[in-house]
Amino acid sequence: MELSKLKYLDSVATLKLEVDKCVGCTLCAAVCPHGVFQMHEGLAEIEDLNSCIECGACARNCPTDAIQVEAGVGCASAIIKGWLTGSDPSCDCDGGSSCC
Amino acid sequence: MPDSKCCCPPEKEKNQGYCHPPQPEATEDCCDKLATVPERTEKSSEIPGYTVNAYVYGWLDTPVGKVPQVSAQLSFPDLRGRWAMRWGIGREVYRVTPGLYAVGTPHAESPLLVSANYKLSFDCLRTSLKNVDAWILVIDTKGVNVWCAAGKGTFGTDEIVKRCRLAQIEKVIEHKVLILPQLGAPGIAAHQVKKETGFTVIYGPVRAADLPDFLAAGMQATPIMRRVTFTTMERLVLTPVEITVMRKTIFYSVIILFFLSGIGANLFSFAAAWDRYPAALVPGLTGLISGCVIAPVLLPWLPGRMFAVKGAVVGTFAATILAATLYRQASVLENIALFLFVGTIASYTAMNFTGSSTFTSPSGVQKEMRTAIPVQALSLLVTGFIWILSGF
Repeated sequence: MELSKLKYLDSVATLKLEVDKCVGCTLCAAVCPHGVFQMHEGLAEIEDLNSCIECGACARNCPTDAIQVEAGVGCASAIIKGWLTGSDPSCDCDGGSSCC
Repeated sequence: MPDSKCCCPPEKEKNQGYCHPPQPEATEDCCDKLATVPERTEKSSEIPGYTVNAYVYGWLDTPVGKVPQVSAQLSFPDLRGRWAMRWGIGREVYRVTPGLYAVGTPHAESPLLVSANYKLSFDCLRTSLKNVDAWILVIDTKGVNVWCAAGKGTFGTDEIVKRCRLAQIEKVIEHKVLILPQLGAPGIAAHQVKKETGFTVIYGPVRAADLPDFLAAGMQATPIMRRVTFTTMERLVLTPVEITVMRKTIFYSVIILFFLSGIGANLFSFAAAWDRYPAALVPGLTGLISGCVIAPVLLPWLPGRMFAVKGAVVGTFAATILAATLYRQASVLENIALFLFVGTIASYTAMNFTGSSTFTSPSGVQKEMRTAIPVQALSLLVTGFIWILSGF
């Protein structure tokens, strides 16, 4: 499959999982678009950290706040704007099917 | 479109109730003539000043009133609108009115799918539901697609809770399940939706096209349905978006290039500017196409992890072609400027494609930019310096 070739920078993702808080609801594994989580003996496990895109879906849906990630916008132009204005990057690309 | 010759609707339409304001009273003499006009059932919801959306073909009676039935096919206006959208024409108006819709002929036990009110998202959903009877609850994401809106929080818990209440879905459906697109998950806390509405959130597949299989399997997604892809086709359709997003930058760059071209021994000369302008414009355009179109399409096969590197590789290759053809007479210094200029533009524009990609993390993009932007800036300075110097 073509996607297996597409890998971005290693060792940058801010994703963290506190396994002792995990209740095994499997929602993080379900919502992750890149298969970062695997269920192992009924508990979640970070299987592929370098595929994490920090979208924040897992953390938002975790009922026990076991997952932490600095989720944000990955648009270069939004980040530049954030640097210039000193605010959090936010994209204004309203529309575009997957603009950010 | 309302028929301008008619001042009143055919008899059948008069008693049709729906969400729009009532019809104005028709004058008698006109209505008598109209008695012989054939019925136009598909236009049965016309009201002066209102048009029914092209994708609505009927109305379904429900305990909360008439619900529009939407087609599972794309019509010409949909296709034209999609094309205009990709090229940035009329982006801000491309949205669907939030509320409850029906595909097929759903009943109280039919699945309810939640969608963004970006027209392309809505089109994608309804056309995936051929031969499926379902409800669609469109929430207000300000015309932004599901994934972007989820990232911003407009496809969010509060908005879903609000739309469930406004649409009174508990009076329309008897089950307690909302099916959400998986890519909406960054904005939604499933457990909070459950707490506030009593509805259980089930995340559907990433792609609407997988919905019929997902529903047929008892709302079970296979691992492949849960993965985001970034195929060559998916990358290609986004390239016009890249260019339109940058159109302001392109416009100013084109003007600045003209003035830089005219700087010379006479301080500034229009004749010199005209003379040298193409030699600046052609490499600039080459860099733009290299970074905005070619690099995104060739993404998996280009060396390097950073998009800026991938873009620079394409730019260098394109500059080599230019140097071997159009600019065979160029001096060594001019050749250096050519390679730096095409490479930098391609590198910068390719870097911007991280925003369109589906596998880059914000932390990664920041790291890439911290590395790449100083190099790009330096390279651009050197190019400008050589370009101005060669004007003397």
